[in-house]
Amino acid sequence: MSPSIPLQEMIRAIRSARTQCEERGVIQRECAVIRAQFRQSDNDGRSHNLAKLLYVHMLGYPAHFGQMECVRMIASPRYSEKRVGYLGAMMLLDEKQDASLLITNSIKNDLSHSSQYVQSLALCTLACIGSAEMCKDLAPEIEKLLRASNSYIKKKAALCAIHIVRKVPDLGELFARTARSLLAEKHHGVLHGAVVLITVLCECSPDTLERFRKTVPDLVRIMKSLVTSGYSPEHDVAGISDPFLQVRILRLLRILGRNNEAASDTMNDLLAQVATNTDSTKTVGNAVLYETVLTVLDIKSESGLRILAVNILGRFLLNNDRNIRYIAMTSLQKIVGTDNIAVQRHRGTIVDCLKDPDASVKRRALDLSLALASASNIRSMMKELLMFLSSCPPELRAETTSGIFYAAERYAPSQRWHIDTILHVLTTAGGDVRDETVPNLILLITNASELHCYTVHKLYRALLSDISQQPLVQVACWCIGEYGDLLLRGECREMEPVEVTADSVLEALETVLQSHMSTPTTRGFALTATMKLSTRIMDNVDRIKSIVSIYGSCIDVELQQRAVEYNALFKKYDHMRAAVLERMPVIDRNSPGHTNGDSMGGVIKELEVDKVKQRETLLPQLPANQVCDLLNLLGDSEESVPAGPAQGDTVPVQSITTAKPIGGELLDLLGGFEPTPLASGLSATPQIQRHLCQDAQRGSCFVRVIRMTLSACLYFIAPAVTVYEKNGVTLTLSCEKQSDSAVTVTLKGCNSSDSDVTSFALQAAVPKSVHLNMKAPSGDTLPAKGLAHVTQLVLLNNPNKVNLKMRIRISYSSQGSSVQDTVQIDSFPGLS
Amino acid sequence: MIRFLLLFSKQGKLRLQKWFTPLTDREKKKVIRDMMTIVLARTPRSCNFLQWRDLKIVYKRYASLYFCTGLEEQDNELLSLEVLHRFVELLDKYFGNVCELDIIFNFEKAYFILDEFLMGGEVLETSKVAVGVSLQEADELQETMEEYMSKPMY
Repeated sequence: MSPSIPLQEMIRAIRSARTQCEERGVIQRECAVIRAQFRQSDNDGRSHNLAKLLYVHMLGYPAHFGQMECVRMIASPRYSEKRVGYLGAMMLLDEKQDASLLITNSIKNDLSHSSQYVQSLALCTLACIGSAEMCKDLAPEIEKLLRASNSYIKKKAALCAIHIVRKVPDLGELFARTARSLLAEKHHGVLHGAVVLITVLCECSPDTLERFRKTVPDLVRIMKSLVTSGYSPEHDVAGISDPFLQVRILRLLRILGRNNEAASDTMNDLLAQVATNTDSTKTVGNAVLYETVLTVLDIKSESGLRILAVNILGRFLLNNDRNIRYIAMTSLQKIVGTDNIAVQRHRGTIVDCLKDPDASVKRRALDLSLALASASNIRSMMKELLMFLSSCPPELRAETTSGIFYAAERYAPSQRWHIDTILHVLTTAGGDVRDETVPNLILLITNASELHCYTVHKLYRALLSDISQQPLVQVACWCIGEYGDLLLRGECREMEPVEVTADSVLEALETVLQSHMSTPTTRGFALTATMKLSTRIMDNVDRIKSIVSIYGSCIDVELQQRAVEYNALFKKYDHMRAAVLERMPVIDRNSPGHTNGDSMGGVIKELEVDKVKQRETLLPQLPANQVCDLLNLLGDSEESVPAGPAQGDTVPVQSITTAKPIGGELLDLLGGFEPTPLASGLSATPQIQRHLCQDAQRGSCFVRVIRMTLSACLYFIAPAVTVYEKNGVTLTLSCEKQSDSAVTVTLKGCNSSDSDVTSFALQAAVPKSVHLNMKAPSGDTLPAKGLAHVTQLVLLNNPNKVNLKMRIRISYSSQGSSVQDTVQIDSFPGLS
Repeated sequence: MIRFLLLFSKQGKLRLQKWFTPLTDREKKKVIRDMMTIVLARTPRSCNFLQWRDLKIVYKRYASLYFCTGLEEQDNELLSLEVLHRFVELLDKYFGNVCELDIIFNFEKAYFILDEFLMGGEVLETSKVAVGVSLQEADELQETMEEYMSKPMY
């Protein structure tokens, strides 16, 4: 067995090892020796063996075999061994280890040792690794030591008590009384310990907090003596007398004064004194001022004091020291909610801090700037934020873009500004925006109908200059597809006119399609946009056809599917192409489909399969429109649609038609078309709609899908006419010719007044030869403000082909009174 | 309360670690790794504070050693800079012009000094003089027993 070398030799040997391997070798050798020596019971060099082991442990090597040795050493009568033993215990044992329980008894014995240094070792170890059980066991001992006469022990006992209270809050009661009496001590160490103990006790239990409110005058007195007393070399730090104690007292005052007028009043003078008299040239003075400011802002202080505190923070903001600026912004962040006006005064400085090279300061400045954005300063604030975005560190980009979007959404002064801002962000940091940005932006653009021309021109130009930012490219493609005709018209009020030819637009889209930077999603957008342009531009449709057919054999399945279907649209269903690709309606922001991304495909499949429910919820949101009436027609019948599997290609129609006879007439209508290709055409059309919708708004265009599908199928759009309007109640009528003699009339009632309308009923009368069949209405209540409609179908059969007239009696109750009216309809829209 | 105190060199070698909350070995290693990565990557003129998980990290560089501490939400960062400074002053007083080698070769003494200054995550003694006196007395208690823990030397 090689002789053990002294600790310092070992350290030298390890440090001089040139490679990891060599170091490991030295350590393994030493550990073997140490292990052997531990096994020997009586040994002189035990403490330095353990010390060597602890060094090895600090380097990161396993040292668990030293745990038992620590326990043995703690029990040794020699002070040096105890010292290292306790150190080892603190390093190697923690409350999760079983061995820690073994030292409880040793600690207990040492707590009543004659030497204060042994007692302090025990106290220190208990405060460091004491588990809940150990704390419960030894709490009475600690309480006894708190009342000892020795300041050295008292201060250590106080901090040990703090650990116990943190671990086992119920034991707080045990220490409360003694803690109070400790406030009368002169020794700073004990005083400091007492203040921290009281703080922890108050944090643990609100009752204790109430009891300790009585100590506020004592604390104020102690603080005053610290602030005004003469120079004390022992505790002085750069002119401040015992800053550690001062800060802790201020923190305790904060907790005691919170939500309590009386306590806050007692402190006001003191806080004002500290705030004005503390020297703020050094960090230590600023530490005390900082704590004072936090206290003032948290308690119920008088307004003058609050203003003083905010001014101090303002001064901090202008300080050269970065640390001070950082904490100033952190504090301002806390109060920006409540004292917004006060913080707004410093907006300039905060925005300047955005340009600070330090990352921590930048982050704080960003958080605070976003919190300070308001309707009045949004323009200048956004300018600064956009400048910041172009130079900000990558880890802050996502946060910045989200913050900018949120602020723009809340405070946008005009739609054009809003669109401009979003476009700017997309060009600068397009890669870091959230996923919902693209649909949100598209929604915004469709809603700003007067800016379509401007938007599409701007996006086109952005597309020409850079196609690497995917969200921007996606939005640009979508807009060009939708508003391509505006683009080609050339003139635009807000921008200088630029000649844009159909060829250049198609070329731009082709570049996107072929670029390696474009993701599959972006390519999908571009392909669909190209397809849409086939209806918007008159010449050069062949080019579009060729582009589309090329992608028919693309490797990407999504693109291939789209291309094949668009091809089909060109070849077989050219007559439907215009209707299918017409411009989208304004999307209702709050429609259920709007935010629902993945049910997109689901709803379309629903046309082929089931998922009736979504359609039902969607339907009430449809804009009042003739075709929508038709949908309502079908919608009413949805309850009884069997949720069965798709039955071949004609399912879209059949699932609708199985419900009611009206559906059957629909089928007749469709029977007028070519039967067999229709089936596949119908199944193709929903797919096409899916692509169109998938791009626009992952979800909200279910509406449009259904609409477009049916309009394509039905091949005509019949208008709705308002036949009655009074007291906010309107009745619209629309009709379709089902066959030579059969007509379906749809009556729809709507209430735009502020109060609900109940007992809404319709009665109809027609000329003698006409057969009338009124179906059950969808309801008899019209909620206020047009939240829902009542629909009623009337089937008319006119075999003699007389001039069709109808008289309708409308009766309802509104605001307590009942109303009855009659209208005569002489001409039916849509019937020639 | 202070959650932990770490001392490490510019090369990423740990010189002292004090944990005031119970953590497993794995967690401790992770924290050490994270702290070293983050702190050593900061530029010289940066702010001494940063946010990491839910803790405020305060670090200060003294010669070749980084002193890094993790604080809770309620703690005063500027004051903790003073705490670090006070600790360095105590080391300096004890070792006489302390340098990194002192802390390497006499690490157990550095721990003893720390235990006289901080306990349970809070400041124990606010007087520089008192800490020095108690350390001296404790050492004397030892010197009469063992020749190993004698005056610090390389």
